[in-house]
Amino acid sequence: MSGAADTTTFVDIRNLNVTFTGGRKPVQAVSGVDLRVRRGEVVALIGESGSGKSVTLRSILRLHNERRTTITGRIQVGEHDVLGLSGTQLADFRGKVGSMIFQEPLLALDPVYSVGAQIVESIRRHEQVSPAEARRRALALFERVRIPSPERRLAAYPHEMSGGMRQRAMIALALACRPQLLLADEPTTALDATVQIQILLLLRELQREFGLSVIFVTHDIGAAVEVADRIAVMYAGRIVEEGPVATLIRAPRHPYTMALLRSRAHGALAKTADGKRPRLETIAGAPPDLAALPLGCAFAERCGLAIAACRQSRPPVVMLSAQHAARCLRTDTTAA
Amino acid sequence: MTAPNPPVLLEVQGLVKHFPLQRDPLGRGGGVVRAVDGVSFQVRQGETLGVVGESGCGKSTTARLLMHLIDPTAGAVVFDGLAVGGRDLGLKDFRRQVQMVFQDSYASLNPRLTIEDSIAFAPQVHGVPKREAIERARDLLARVGLQPTRFAERYPHELSGGQRQRVNIARALALQPRLILLDEAVSALDKSVEAQVLNLLLDLKDAFDLTYVFISHDLNVVRYMSDRVMVMYLGQVVEIGDSETLFEAPLHPYTRALLSSVPAMDPDHRTERPALTGDPPNPINPPSGCRFHTRCPHAEAVCAQRMPTLGVRHSSRTVACLMHEPGSGHSGAPALEAVA
Amino acid sequence: MLNTTVDLAKVPALRFERSAGYWETVLRRFARDRLAIFAALIILALLGLALFGGWFAPVDPYATSMMKRLKPIGFAGHPLGTDELGRDMLTRLMVGTRLSLFMGITPVVLAFVSGSVLGVLAGYAGGAVNTVIMRTVDVFYAFPSVLLAIALSGALGAGITNSLISLTIVFIPPIARVAESVTTQVRSRDFVEAARASGAGALTIVRVHVLGNVLSPIFVYATSLIAVSMILASGLSFLGLGVRPPEPEWGLMLNTLRTAIYVQPWVAALPGAMIFITSIAFNLLSDGLRNAMDIKS
Repeated sequence: MSGAADTTTFVDIRNLNVTFTGGRKPVQAVSGVDLRVRRGEVVALIGESGSGKSVTLRSILRLHNERRTTITGRIQVGEHDVLGLSGTQLADFRGKVGSMIFQEPLLALDPVYSVGAQIVESIRRHEQVSPAEARRRALALFERVRIPSPERRLAAYPHEMSGGMRQRAMIALALACRPQLLLADEPTTALDATVQIQILLLLRELQREFGLSVIFVTHDIGAAVEVADRIAVMYAGRIVEEGPVATLIRAPRHPYTMALLRSRAHGALAKTADGKRPRLETIAGAPPDLAALPLGCAFAERCGLAIAACRQSRPPVVMLSAQHAARCLRTDTTAA
Repeated sequence: MTAPNPPVLLEVQGLVKHFPLQRDPLGRGGGVVRAVDGVSFQVRQGETLGVVGESGCGKSTTARLLMHLIDPTAGAVVFDGLAVGGRDLGLKDFRRQVQMVFQDSYASLNPRLTIEDSIAFAPQVHGVPKREAIERARDLLARVGLQPTRFAERYPHELSGGQRQRVNIARALALQPRLILLDEAVSALDKSVEAQVLNLLLDLKDAFDLTYVFISHDLNVVRYMSDRVMVMYLGQVVEIGDSETLFEAPLHPYTRALLSSVPAMDPDHRTERPALTGDPPNPINPPSGCRFHTRCPHAEAVCAQRMPTLGVRHSSRTVACLMHEPGSGHSGAPALEAVA
Repeated sequence: MLNTTVDLAKVPALRFERSAGYWETVLRRFARDRLAIFAALIILALLGLALFGGWFAPVDPYATSMMKRLKPIGFAGHPLGTDELGRDMLTRLMVGTRLSLFMGITPVVLAFVSGSVLGVLAGYAGGAVNTVIMRTVDVFYAFPSVLLAIALSGALGAGITNSLISLTIVFIPPIARVAESVTTQVRSRDFVEAARASGAGALTIVRVHVLGNVLSPIFVYATSLIAVSMILASGLSFLGLGVRPPEPEWGLMLNTLRTAIYVQPWVAALPGAMIFITSIAFNLLSDGLRNAMDIKS
């Protein structure tokens, strides 16, 4: 998938906690997240709204409002200790070491500058090159992301481009300074099906070519399967299961992952004997309030397998194999 | 499921909607957005007709035309055999029988009205006294799985997306309609919530004997929910057919491309090449002849000259493609059968 | 079957959970804004003066005295001095509150009603109706308000009623513009479409769905115009086009005390100070209202 993936860890997140203190009660958006990404590896963070996946991603570039957010833990990207970087160091880090693409390019790109100008600005911010050289590189990037008539499109403004093209432009912008880490926050969610698959394949291609480490946040499991080597499933701010993509899709062991996979319409397409479709399996209840997380496993109150011990304390990580881990006390019952 | 040959409930004939573009003071711009350009189809009593297509295909405009929220440039909508807006079926009467659920659950509710007031509004418009309308609203809340004592007097911003969408469904049911248009009704919801709402929709369909037109970009969901599916491209219908047959063996090249764009859920057999390159085109200056010919792998010269017609081919499939149209001039087309 | 009858009075009624209504929430938020409360208190005090000032006034506001003209602040018997005709400043300032506030608030209220009608109609109907109404409004809007007020007053003649009319006309265009803008936004929202889809007529939709969402922003904007109205009214009186002597009105008092600037500058500035305080209070109030109504869900 990603060719010869280096086994060195490039991104090392340990015990990440993110609390938002802006409202009346503090909101624990991320609790104790551990995540490791190797060089050239693609990890997908899957979860529903409120699971903390976007918050985790944004913490890696420290995009949150510093006054209203408390972040503890450790985020190590290569040789950089992200949480300890000063203002200037952080600005150097962003774009050069790690960069990000967002769900809605219209909101992420500056509407008053042409896309070409934004790429040139980014390149010149991080490297000492002449405007002409920067422009040449921008053109090369546009060709690389397969934007038709790239020369002309460099002068276009974001609102003049179609959705798919804007997303490609944003990818070009993110890769302009040759970062080693690409963070993708639901980049294909807002795109049409035929465009989505093109962008997913483009990302895979670019990732292979540049040897990027990628953290890809999405709620669409299908998209994750197309690009990821490993999948980490998040629920209520915690990672509940993590493993190679094939294992997670075919043999998940955490009750939430299993329920999530079962509730997709994709799984319910086979008709039952009387010619009717089976009902979709749903997960009863709703995710917990992040301002008032329960003491034990966050999924316990919705879990069919929960026992008393589940509610008392947070389940420890259980290594189901060298690569596959789940935070659950009931993994013995979930084995296929 | 549905009776073998259920009667046609809604029929759309040659629907056209063009939006004129304004010229700027220098005379530039102008032109016409051909959002819907000759759409004809039927919706049968008791079925769920799925509608799929990408940006610019006209499915949302078609939905609004069906609801008569906008006026067509040409064409007719016939409900239960009567022309909508004509002498026999006034608009207000029609609206009582056809309702719509929108995609944005928050924008669909007046932020200043309580939930029960929002639901009770439509019945009151049609003459139901307020007390009875509120009773009906509370009853419907229970039907869609929301406890009236907890939700009836709340405001929209206090509910979650899934709960709001249930309210919208209750609101659509308040007039006891026969047909409900669901325009991307579950698209903005989390997957697990989406599953709950889909189950609810199926239950309600049985309980109230409803007919659905289900618009969505999520092909798996459409396949799950629909009996028949209609595929649209650039303002036209390119294929309609039984859901299973269409998904198993799509005829139109665009349908094939669209279906193969769904991410494979198999890590060992990932998609290697996208079926289509480029973005969905703009309905302002559609290509000549068959609108898909600029991106079609099977296009030939004749495709740029002749517009295919939507018709029954191979005795049971409905598709608009010169490859399947007898005597069209396309190398893959069957020969014209001699008419005795 | 048990032969008991149920005493309905003892059956607990179903309790429906309800949250604070919109206005309750707005009030609560407003109450937490200290500056806004301060402004509201000032305005309440002024309103009190306007309503009851006449009874608490120390002396007759019209009583002149040639002997005691232009006495300074702190003069015996006249804490705030006297004006150019020997009348007590404190009394005239207090009694003048009524007319000054009246001239400030009335045109805005009238303009609020008529401007909203025009704006909502233009916004909801759209098309040709919108063009006709809004372009007509634009013609008036193009004139600077002071000039327009003066021109209209001049044409209608001096006097309170005429200046009320001209001020109302001055304020209708800005309110109509805000009304039209907000109505257009609300009209395109899904819940209005849904209301149309349920077969409701335009009037019902406007009444139930549009007005509730539109009147608040217009109201907030209108309150910010009160200060302007007061100043304009004072200006008109200053120019002799509005209130006529000997009625106590702050703008008129500024006019007649004009020449006294050289003799008793502090006394001459007092009516201006009242206008200033009142304008600021209304501005702060409208700011506070705007913040309180800006409820993000």
